Amino acid sequence: MLLILILMAQGINVEAFDTPNDDGSSITIRWIPDTQYEFFQILRSLDPDEGFEPLAQLPGDYAEFIDRGLQSGQQYYYLVKAVQKEQETSSEIIGPVLPKAQIFDAGRANILVTIIILFAAILFYIAIARRGEKLYIRKIPALTAMEEAIGRATEMGKPVLYVPGIMDIDDPQTIASMSILSKVAEKTAEYGTPLYVPTSKAMAMTMAQQVVKEAAMKVGRPDWFNADNIRYLTDDQFGYVSAVDGIMMREKPATNFYLGTFYAESLILAETGHATGAIQVAGTAMPDQLPFFVAACDFTLLGEELYAASAYLSQEPVQLGSLKGQDLGKLLIILIIIIGVASRVFGLPFLYNLLNVQQ
Amino acid sequence: MKRTIPLIIVFGCGIFMLISFFIPLRWVQDTSQLLQTWYLGVIAFFVFIGIANIVRVNVNKIQRKLADWQYSIILLVFLFVMIGAGIFGGPEGGLFNYLFHNFQIPLSATMFSLLAFFVASAAFRAFRARNPEATLLLIAAVLVMVGRVPVGYWIWHGFPDLVEWLMQVPNTAAKRGIILGIDLGLISMALRVLLGIERSYMGGKD
Repeated sequence: MLLILILMAQGINVEAFDTPNDDGSSITIRWIPDTQYEFFQILRSLDPDEGFEPLAQLPGDYAEFIDRGLQSGQQYYYLVKAVQKEQETSSEIIGPVLPKAQIFDAGRANILVTIIILFAAILFYIAIARRGEKLYIRKIPALTAMEEAIGRATEMGKPVLYVPGIMDIDDPQTIASMSILSKVAEKTAEYGTPLYVPTSKAMAMTMAQQVVKEAAMKVGRPDWFNADNIRYLTDDQFGYVSAVDGIMMREKPATNFYLGTFYAESLILAETGHATGAIQVAGTAMPDQLPFFVAACDFTLLGEELYAASAYLSQEPVQLGSLKGQDLGKLLIILIIIIGVASRVFGLPFLYNLLNVQQ
Repeated sequence: MKRTIPLIIVFGCGIFMLISFFIPLRWVQDTSQLLQTWYLGVIAFFVFIGIANIVRVNVNKIQRKLADWQYSIILLVFLFVMIGAGIFGGPEGGLFNYLFHNFQIPLSATMFSLLAFFVASAAFRAFRARNPEATLLLIAAVLVMVGRVPVGYWIWHGFPDLVEWLMQVPNTAAKRGIILGIDLGLISMALRVLLGIERSYMGGKD
């Protein structure tokens, strides 16, 4: 009780300042929390002498309030009241505080630096590749197996099924999948093997149709392209799965590709494909679905390999250069992790503050 | 020109969205939001393209009496019944709700429940101790399965803690390694797409 009275007699220490790294529409108010108070009341006014209106009421363990939706350049005054039963104590009037817009979000500077370094590494290796230097890229078995899998379907006189995931084209995995589809379509068109691409999104269907059509024209087989084979089924996750499973059971494709974003449907698709005796190549950047594909498919592209697949399959030096740059980026991340761990172990706040990312 | 203009749009929008992550100015954030809203508008338009595609493919199948063409009639009937129920009765309408709760939800639940059987069959194949890696997988899986059920605790009180350690330490470490690789792959692919090096998603080069 004595402590509360001392605190009340002393008032509350409050600071209010322009919220850093924002669009100039907020002010942050901070105070020292004290759970012996029932709540803190925050009041605001445009005039230091009158017109303070309550903004919020926060429990005693709260230490911060961000007043949002303010007008940039306008002066604001704040008052914080701490309430304990019948008694209340107020801070001094804080202000004027002016919210200002920042041109650059300094809290994300470390992300920018990392991206610039990664971009520089990728561009450096692309430049090296353009000069004609040969770059070593490790073999990815799942990609090497793709051509064999398509060849098997051709020999058996059966179609190839390509599932580009269940997300739309704003998902990077779907974009990566479309790039791989282009290569798969070139091969199937060349061999004259039917290719089915059932999609779960209408926009993905339009993109897939265009990709397959262009691939067919590229290998001189425009007659092979059949728009009905690249069709929209449904946006509903399990409706889509049952429709694709139906295609597998009726058409019995010899080769199934599952490349893109998958959720709970991954194992249902892969197990049905396995039951039909198809060779299956899967790839996703969804870490939780990877074990299912590894267990049920013959070959799996693990995470980053999905993004690398198109560059790998094209064998174009410039694209391979970007993969090499990516590896340099990986080395950089490993170094950053080691620095981060060391900074924590040896208590170097400067270093780990550098790595801290503001949301 | 057929490719150049889309490439310019991709580059412009991509770079703008990237920059907007670092610039908190209101007009930049509003423009970024606007671009995303446009995308949603485009998606709404594509619903009609999707329906048109379903109708075209299935009508074609019925006309040509292709295999299982009778199912296409059922599909089209229910497609238009649902559309009609939604338009005339609203999404909270009696018929729409009845069809949704008595057809759509049980059918989806049936498909989802198949997962339990597929997990068992996939696990049976994956857990065969063919080589040292598969043996390790088998041991880890057995430990996790036993540790996650009450009988595990009954056999040995330390099982749940051991499982927690397996999940939190080796499993999380491996998963984070994969996620880091994924993010780097994503950055690399994004740069290839922005610079127009990777354009096979548009159907290839000119």
